[in-house]
Amino acid sequence: MAMAMARWRQRLLSSACSSSSSSAAAPQALLRLASSALSRQSSSRGFAAAPDDTTPFVVDIPVPYAGHRCDPPEQRVETSAKELVDFFKVMYVMRRMEIAADSLYKAKFIRGFCHLYDGQEAVCVGMEAALTKEDAIITAYRDHCTHIGRGGTVLEVMAELMGRKSGCSLGKGGSMHMYNKEGNFYGGNGIVGAQTALGAGLAFAQKYNKQNAVSLALYGDGAANQGQLFEAMNISALWDLPVIFVCENNHYGMGTAEWRSAKSPEYYKRGDYVPGLKIDGMDVLAVKQGVRFAKEHALTKGPIVLEMDTYRYHGHSMSDPGSTYRTREEISGVRQERDPIERVRKLLLAKEIVTVADLKNLEKQAKAEVDEAVNQAKEGGQPETHELFTHVHVKGLKQLAYGPDRKEVIVPLP
Amino acid sequence: MAQKVLVPCSSSSSCGKVQFSPSRVHTQAIAFGGELSQSSSRKNKSLALKAVAAKGETSAPVTAKSGHEILLFDALREGLEEEMARDPTVCVMGEDVGHYGGSYKVTKGLAEKFGDLRVLDTPICENSFTGMGIGAAMTGLRTVVEGMNMGFLLLAYNQISNNAGMLHYTSGGQFKIPVVIRGPGGVGKQLGAEHSQRLESYFQSVPGLQMVACSTPYNAKGLMKAAIRSDNPVILYEHVLLYNLKERIPDEEYVLCLEEAELVRPGKDITILTYSRMRHFVLQAAKTLVERGYDPEIIDIRSLKPFDLFTIGNSIKKTHKVLIVEECMRTGGIGASLRAAIVDNFWDFLDGRPECLSSQDVPTPYAATLEDATVVQPAQIIVKVEQMLQGLI
Repeated sequence: MAMAMARWRQRLLSSACSSSSSSAAAPQALLRLASSALSRQSSSRGFAAAPDDTTPFVVDIPVPYAGHRCDPPEQRVETSAKELVDFFKVMYVMRRMEIAADSLYKAKFIRGFCHLYDGQEAVCVGMEAALTKEDAIITAYRDHCTHIGRGGTVLEVMAELMGRKSGCSLGKGGSMHMYNKEGNFYGGNGIVGAQTALGAGLAFAQKYNKQNAVSLALYGDGAANQGQLFEAMNISALWDLPVIFVCENNHYGMGTAEWRSAKSPEYYKRGDYVPGLKIDGMDVLAVKQGVRFAKEHALTKGPIVLEMDTYRYHGHSMSDPGSTYRTREEISGVRQERDPIERVRKLLLAKEIVTVADLKNLEKQAKAEVDEAVNQAKEGGQPETHELFTHVHVKGLKQLAYGPDRKEVIVPLP
Repeated sequence: MAQKVLVPCSSSSSCGKVQFSPSRVHTQAIAFGGELSQSSSRKNKSLALKAVAAKGETSAPVTAKSGHEILLFDALREGLEEEMARDPTVCVMGEDVGHYGGSYKVTKGLAEKFGDLRVLDTPICENSFTGMGIGAAMTGLRTVVEGMNMGFLLLAYNQISNNAGMLHYTSGGQFKIPVVIRGPGGVGKQLGAEHSQRLESYFQSVPGLQMVACSTPYNAKGLMKAAIRSDNPVILYEHVLLYNLKERIPDEEYVLCLEEAELVRPGKDITILTYSRMRHFVLQAAKTLVERGYDPEIIDIRSLKPFDLFTIGNSIKKTHKVLIVEECMRTGGIGASLRAAIVDNFWDFLDGRPECLSSQDVPTPYAATLEDATVVQPAQIIVKVEQMLQGLI
């Protein structure tokens, strides 16, 4: 058992080649691969590329995909300088946003539950690179960054966290209920696992309306043990619904490690008759390739399960220190070896797309953007009292809504 | 206070059977006299059985010449079929609704007409197919989710409460959930405890949901159509024992108001509020009461959430006494909430406390005699009304 645990811990930390044992080997391996990819380029293209260059080039994906009932995609993905810079920018903004949320929570501007996504940015950013706004995404409560990925602004996320009326749900949803209708982002769900059935519904509607789009239902390794997930997989496979089930496996269901809660922690195989693919969730390019492959599969052959091998640096939520069930060495180890932003940074520097100074500038801009949003959100007003009764029902048919003291507060809705 | 023990029914028809012929009930409703629009004018609508979209009708009970006779399950089917033909985004999902035709024949023939995708046979997974219906409704499809028995929808409670009820609110109004959740509930004929549940008690606290209960073919079709057209999540409660009720309904299209109560019989002595199967028990008791000279006003509240306090209040202001007859259990049922609402709003107009006859707080037993003792029977209603009108309580 202790051996299995030690092996599991090692798996968390190792990123690349199975032969690497020292912690320094992994980033070296990455650089080696990057530079070897570089050398494979045709000599007609000169490097360094400008940051807004959209010429595609190919990058190797170090961690191999693992397929279940399907042939995994290629270990190489096409990207461009502009895309990598955009990845860096948006992931950095997300990281700063989550860190800002941490300090705001400790300063009691944000109350209740606050589940932070830092460490997992590569999943939602890589997903967006492979999807369009026609595709639908639904996730659980760790949704701040997913909301940004779908077109939300940092201001509306911050305002919603602080319960202001400028929030994306007018302050009435909170951390766990962020939605973006234009971006086809369906939240934002508090109850573990319930969003998988909703995700099957989104895919059902897409099939019903004959849209050429997919729905992604995200859930965690803790939710992977929910019965309704298997129900949803069954009905999706039965009716060929274009749904992609994405398990964001950060290896802990709150305080319970995956080996303590799942008999089979190979979540990509849990679909049984539904094919699956395991992806290194800390590598944004691997995620992009994997999701692109999955989208094609879902549109032509039916549902598929993706397991994103990822990690969260914070605890489950702000009330969980995150260190009682795992060691600080583990957290800092993963941060050192597999951090998604560092990966992109190294790639950008290796390909000489940007300089260190450029990156510093981008980071400063991102910090400024987040700080500005936080300040603006802090100035936002609380929702008015009458908003307590709005949006309970849809206005349309004649409705009377009663306050708790029925004698006094009767709000007739038109 | 403790509920009175059942007084054995003296009439030859045993109290357990629901014996009535609905057409007779309706003509008697007229014969019991009084204008149908006796209660105060609400704009220009007469309150009883008035269709919102009817063409020039003044009262629903159609004369023998026009309309067509229909059974309640068929009226539901007609309403559903008309809405599916009218709006291509309406679709039904549930267990055995498609090829089998529906366990109570409410969706019979629809799969052949509209196809397997619009009348979807689901596996037995209430949680996820209800969730699927709600997720599809978030995108704009108007889904009708059928629970083969309302009791099974307890497995989908999370989806109905958190996702159907609350999503419009927690998304700040971005998403509407135009889902209709329907199915038969209530105490049947020795179906056993788990198949005799009254889910209106459990769902009534969920904010954001709307609940209606149908009791006749006329209001079944009208409420089905209104529920489908509504942009809010509506739970339509049908009753297992009412599916074979026969009535003559109009040929023309009509849609009823979801929040309106139905004045079944105008009167001046006492207001009796009821819904679903108990409406027919109340009408049966009313026959005896009228013979004995009492004049009860009977209102089928139809809308369980929100209550139509307008109609109810106007009635109480007239009669000053109210009796609620419901099939829910005493604790936490519709009657409990209705009593609180009446006391809060109409205290000054009441001569005595609002009374409530409800089912016993027990799991419904299988044995026939015990099952009859669980629910309210017409004889109990007669006794209670007489006690109230004679000032004994």
